[in-house]
Amino acid sequence: MKKGIVLTAAVALLMGLAPFFLSLFHLNLFTEILILGIFSLSLNVLVGYTGMVSLGHAAFFGVGAYAAGIAAKEMSPNLLATLPIALIATIMVAAVIGMFCMKVSGFYFLMLTLAFSQMIYSFIHQSTDLTGGSNGLSGIPAPVAGGIDFSNPVLLFYFILGVFFSVYAGLSLLVHSPFGQVLVGIRENETRMRSMGYNTTRYKYASFIIAGALGGLAGSLYTSFNGFISPIDVYWTMSGSVLIMVIIGGAGTMAGPVLGAALIVILETIVSSYTHSWMMIIGIIFIIFVVFFPKGLTGIAQSIMHRMTRSKSGYKENHSKAVLKKNA
Amino acid sequence: MDMIGAQLVNGLSYGMMLFVITCGLALVFGILGVLNLAHGSLYMIGAYVTYSITVNSAQNFWMALIIAPIVVAILAFIIEMTLLRATYHLGHLSQVLLTFGLAYIFHDIAAIIWGSNVLSVALPPSLAGTTVLFDQSFPTYRLVVIGIGFLLAAGLWYVQEKTRWGAIIRAGLSDKEMISALGVNIKLVFTVVFVIGGFLAGLGGVIAAPVLGLYPIMEFQTLILALVVLVIGGLGSISGTFTAAILIGLVETFSKYLVPELSLFFVYGLMAVVLVVKPNGLLGKKVAA
Repeated sequence: MKKGIVLTAAVALLMGLAPFFLSLFHLNLFTEILILGIFSLSLNVLVGYTGMVSLGHAAFFGVGAYAAGIAAKEMSPNLLATLPIALIATIMVAAVIGMFCMKVSGFYFLMLTLAFSQMIYSFIHQSTDLTGGSNGLSGIPAPVAGGIDFSNPVLLFYFILGVFFSVYAGLSLLVHSPFGQVLVGIRENETRMRSMGYNTTRYKYASFIIAGALGGLAGSLYTSFNGFISPIDVYWTMSGSVLIMVIIGGAGTMAGPVLGAALIVILETIVSSYTHSWMMIIGIIFIIFVVFFPKGLTGIAQSIMHRMTRSKSGYKENHSKAVLKKNA
Repeated sequence: MDMIGAQLVNGLSYGMMLFVITCGLALVFGILGVLNLAHGSLYMIGAYVTYSITVNSAQNFWMALIIAPIVVAILAFIIEMTLLRATYHLGHLSQVLLTFGLAYIFHDIAAIIWGSNVLSVALPPSLAGTTVLFDQSFPTYRLVVIGIGFLLAAGLWYVQEKTRWGAIIRAGLSDKEMISALGVNIKLVFTVVFVIGGFLAGLGGVIAAPVLGLYPIMEFQTLILALVVLVIGGLGSISGTFTAAILIGLVETFSKYLVPELSLFFVYGLMAVVLVVKPNGLLGKKVAA
């Protein structure tokens, strides 16, 4: 446990110092990773911890992004206004969609979330007056807050880094809390949890809304960062991408989705400078992970760690324990 | 009145295209338990092969009608033998994710071979004209599509209800372990069903290509609509898929005509309502997810 805290602190320090040694291009890339990291962390609450595979998470990203964008354009670019508006909008949308989606499970849940996200997509795509339609919403002013102008990419990076750490820490506490343990229980065996007296539907509903709200948060940060949002970011391929990030990184772990987001964003940047066939590469990588490394990057890391420790001392320890047991 | 008749034919023929595409998906989902997210990609390959065959002469459309589904069926055979057969032990969800990865791969393969421009497939002269029916002229091809849809539905119904193979498939839908215990080679059934699914997807590609055209994200749009039909119709019933396909075809065509801004909204809304009210679909049997 102590090791983990030291490691986290080191990573946090390194991230905080990033603007001092990264070029502007790489800093922006890093910021994007953090935003998509929040997004995939939010989906992980559903997929990894509650065991509900959603293929419509882009809906919340889109609602958050468009709500923040429209609020910034029509009212004020102040983050203290845009963020809460985006959050309230996504929570409301998630509450409504969740009410329907809680009635089904398994593949049907996957398809129903997909259907709702496509409904939101077609709404955004077709209500041109409000959202700019297929041209997207452009000319969104740079965010400000308390006299700080966040058009400076370094300041925006620190703000997003702060949000990222708050989300990460908050979710870590959440999944280890009794509430989070109930979610894991639902993932493992919902019938059993229900027979133990838990109202599993209510827990799943809460988890759905938390995931949706954080997805919307990621979306609104994306708008502040990009200054532009288009319907493509709400299309179901976006839901697919974030699901890929979660699975490649390792569903049901805290670090996994973030690693997955980092891997996908970095790979996309490198690969797309060589070839247009980016989707093919990501498809192949995804298949390899699903078949050979179903636990994702974190699973690979764990098995390497496990092997290293076992070759040093673990084997002897286990061996002596086994002997002790035999004697006893 | 004229417009209503024309829209009715449009909607029906659109529904029939959806039926051809979806029944393959429904069959595969029912028997293999795998929601094949690459089904739209197989449909797309069928459409592009049709384009390649007919690009020089529209008369070759008849040839494409046979060749394209076979090409896609062979592709489906390769996918089943190499990728799916090796991964049944991983569980259904992993396999769904696999097919999702496949859809990404096919997307770029199609872009490499056929480019990413919008393409169209010309019809042979005998199908391109109009036919007068009840004092009103309709595009001949739309009527032909409706005919093909009904023929296919009747054929599938016959195979499923009246033949030994159909009996095995029906048995597989309700209890896989039991029929393998009864001595049916379930692996062979899986392969055959997946190949039939591919064949039907390819056939759907040929039929829909002249009407819907070819463009880069066509497979995802079609897949989504096929999923909607699948869910509304319910699993394991050809009649359910048939009813749902016609319903969606008519709803989308008429809502596009009456309230163009909200057409897709209606389709997805219908699916949501059906899922909530009747989670097993309009005519589906109860299937554990």
